[in-house]
Amino acid sequence: MKRGILGSLGIDARLAALLGTLAVIWLVLHVLTDGIFLTPRNLWNLASQTAVVGIMACGMVLVIVTRRIDLSVGSIAGCAGMVIAVLQVEVFAPGTWWNPWVTLAIGLAVGAAIGAAQGALNAYLAIPAFVVTLAGLLIFRGIAWLITSGRTVAPMDPTFQLLGGGFQGSIGDTASWVVGALGVAALTFLRLSARARRQRFGFTPRPLWTEAVTILLMAALILGFVAVMNSYTRPRTDIVQGISIPVLVLIGVACALEWLARTRRFGRYVYAIGGNPEAARLAGVPSARIIVAVFALMGFLAALAGAVATARLNAGANSTGELAELSVIAAAVIGGTSLAGGSGTVAGAVLGALIMQSLDNGMVLLGLPSALRNVIIGVVLIVAVWADALWRRRAGGTRGAEA
Amino acid sequence: MFGRRLFGQATLGAALVATGAATRARAQSGRPITIGVSWSNFQEERWRTDEAAIRATLTRLGAQYISADAQANNGKQLSDIEALLTRGVSALIILAQDSQAIQPAVRRAQADAIPVLGYDRLIEVPGVFYLTFDNVEVGRMQARAVLQRKPTGNYVLIKGSSSDPNADFLAQGQHEMLKPGVDAGTIHIVGEQYTDGWRPEVAQRNMEQILTAQNNAVDAVLAANDGTAGGAIAALTAQGMAGRVPVSGQDADHAALNRIALGTQTVSVWKDSRVLGARAAEIAVAMAGGTAPAAVDGAAKWRSPGGMSLDSILLTPVPITIDNLALVVDAGWIPRERLCRGVSGSDAPAVCRG
Repeated sequence: MKRGILGSLGIDARLAALLGTLAVIWLVLHVLTDGIFLTPRNLWNLASQTAVVGIMACGMVLVIVTRRIDLSVGSIAGCAGMVIAVLQVEVFAPGTWWNPWVTLAIGLAVGAAIGAAQGALNAYLAIPAFVVTLAGLLIFRGIAWLITSGRTVAPMDPTFQLLGGGFQGSIGDTASWVVGALGVAALTFLRLSARARRQRFGFTPRPLWTEAVTILLMAALILGFVAVMNSYTRPRTDIVQGISIPVLVLIGVACALEWLARTRRFGRYVYAIGGNPEAARLAGVPSARIIVAVFALMGFLAALAGAVATARLNAGANSTGELAELSVIAAAVIGGTSLAGGSGTVAGAVLGALIMQSLDNGMVLLGLPSALRNVIIGVVLIVAVWADALWRRRAGGTRGAEA
Repeated sequence: MFGRRLFGQATLGAALVATGAATRARAQSGRPITIGVSWSNFQEERWRTDEAAIRATLTRLGAQYISADAQANNGKQLSDIEALLTRGVSALIILAQDSQAIQPAVRRAQADAIPVLGYDRLIEVPGVFYLTFDNVEVGRMQARAVLQRKPTGNYVLIKGSSSDPNADFLAQGQHEMLKPGVDAGTIHIVGEQYTDGWRPEVAQRNMEQILTAQNNAVDAVLAANDGTAGGAIAALTAQGMAGRVPVSGQDADHAALNRIALGTQTVSVWKDSRVLGARAAEIAVAMAGGTAPAAVDGAAKWRSPGGMSLDSILLTPVPITIDNLALVVDAGWIPRERLCRGVSGSDAPAVCRG
């Protein structure tokens, strides 16, 4: 395959295309909103608003890569959020230091257990994932309602509310710079160690200057992001917000899943199962166990997203996460995950979520009615998948959109 | 204003007693009256409260209660009503799943000369009695309470779901109250958004964006119900504006009543479904006893959006603010501890002190 400029820089062309799309959308919205869209305040909002769907989209990539789907994520988020809210406000003593932590842990455990159970039904009883999780969508939305008979539970513990961002839920400027610096250091280390590995195995390494350019570009992105988050001050004060906690959670989840997917055996198994299930089985991949683990991870992340949404709203509501499964799947697909399985990246899904949220965010700034917003987002979804299919064909891939 | 509402409720109660005594729960034929109730979807918690009120009132009047639950299915509701007719009901109370799809069943009942009461949701068929809370009035009440706090300035409307006609009735009442200010140039509507599916998280995102677009120059928020109010208040809290910007709501949700006690929400309009249920039972029994819809006590002609003239009673709900929180506690709607959770200090309402 021919290498373009991006190829020689070692940058995934598809991710670059997504970044380009995002840049175009941002510029257009910035012009249309008379310069409101690209202000630190709105970008800070946008990042926080993306967190809930983004966290789930990271897990959805792995589910779709295994040629499966999880339609229950929104319901799991709602159910876990409700479990956390009820335990925190009405069961355990409110106001104790351990309450938010224990209730969060229980909520996450519930999510993981639900996911694992769904995965087991699929892997061991051979019930299609679509059916299992469609049932899950109904069951767990129903349970979220039944827990309090539809009553909204509020207010949440002040410490727990930090998880949702809001007035105080940011880490401030110093910590944000530390996070940024750590990011750049990790990036440099990873690129250089990958380079060393290529040399060790006898591949020709890329010219050193291209490596330097790539690292500089990505470092600029990271530090630029931190700078923007740090230029938003808390309303009517000079206190710098910095990265909000839900965004930090999203970044953490995305990095952890990238690491899991790219460097661990678990990740290779996941892609092997999706790429060719029969070959994976013959090669001795423990498919059933891996699938249970993927769904458990998905359930855990859905619960985490539900916790963030609940903290953000400062209330447990039975509608939390309703229809989120659609946004999550759309984010993964816009991010280049193939519904045919076997391919997709976590970073792409996060960008997909960011693109969708950018459209919604910008169009509310413009005061467009929600019906029109939905039409436009739907059209963008189609265009994104169509463009991706074209790209695959040109790149010589064999898989189209058969799913 | 509150005194007037109480008075309204008192006259309502007197009217109930009067109709009950007049009919004595006997049909003209002399056999006991059976009232059939067709529920659209009994899974929703709220209708259990209504059912209890209907049942209690019917028992008090010596009438029998039978019911069917359509489980949110238009088709099932049609056969439910046929079954109720076959069982020989003297009047029907229908909570329509779909105001259009219900029409054949209603016509069937009318052909059998069985009177029909449209409960809470509009059924646009001539001769049907329409009983509901006045949603336009709810919108007016929300606007009134907020206007009292902020007579001028930048207003935001966080409306209900675009697919629910009630959302438009509410907004209609709100606009009506704001109009003089808007015309005079003292009130500016700087944001107006529907909330898909009445979801609080959607309301929160919309409010965040409106605050951003206006650079926080927002003085008051008219939210359609307590869920959307919660979303709007979360967005205001993130800007340190909660409590300074009045916010309306509706339904007297426990979380919202707590926010009123805390001072972050201004008003929640309380539609006591127990009153609605009791009234429906009274009217159904009266109509079963031969009272024409137009002759029902308190009935007035009401023009539907489809241009039809229906006999109806639109009940007046009660706006709950920090001044009359004791009402919901006394009515047994919410326990005092839940209402007053986290409430302290000199601003605390009387009901939460001592």
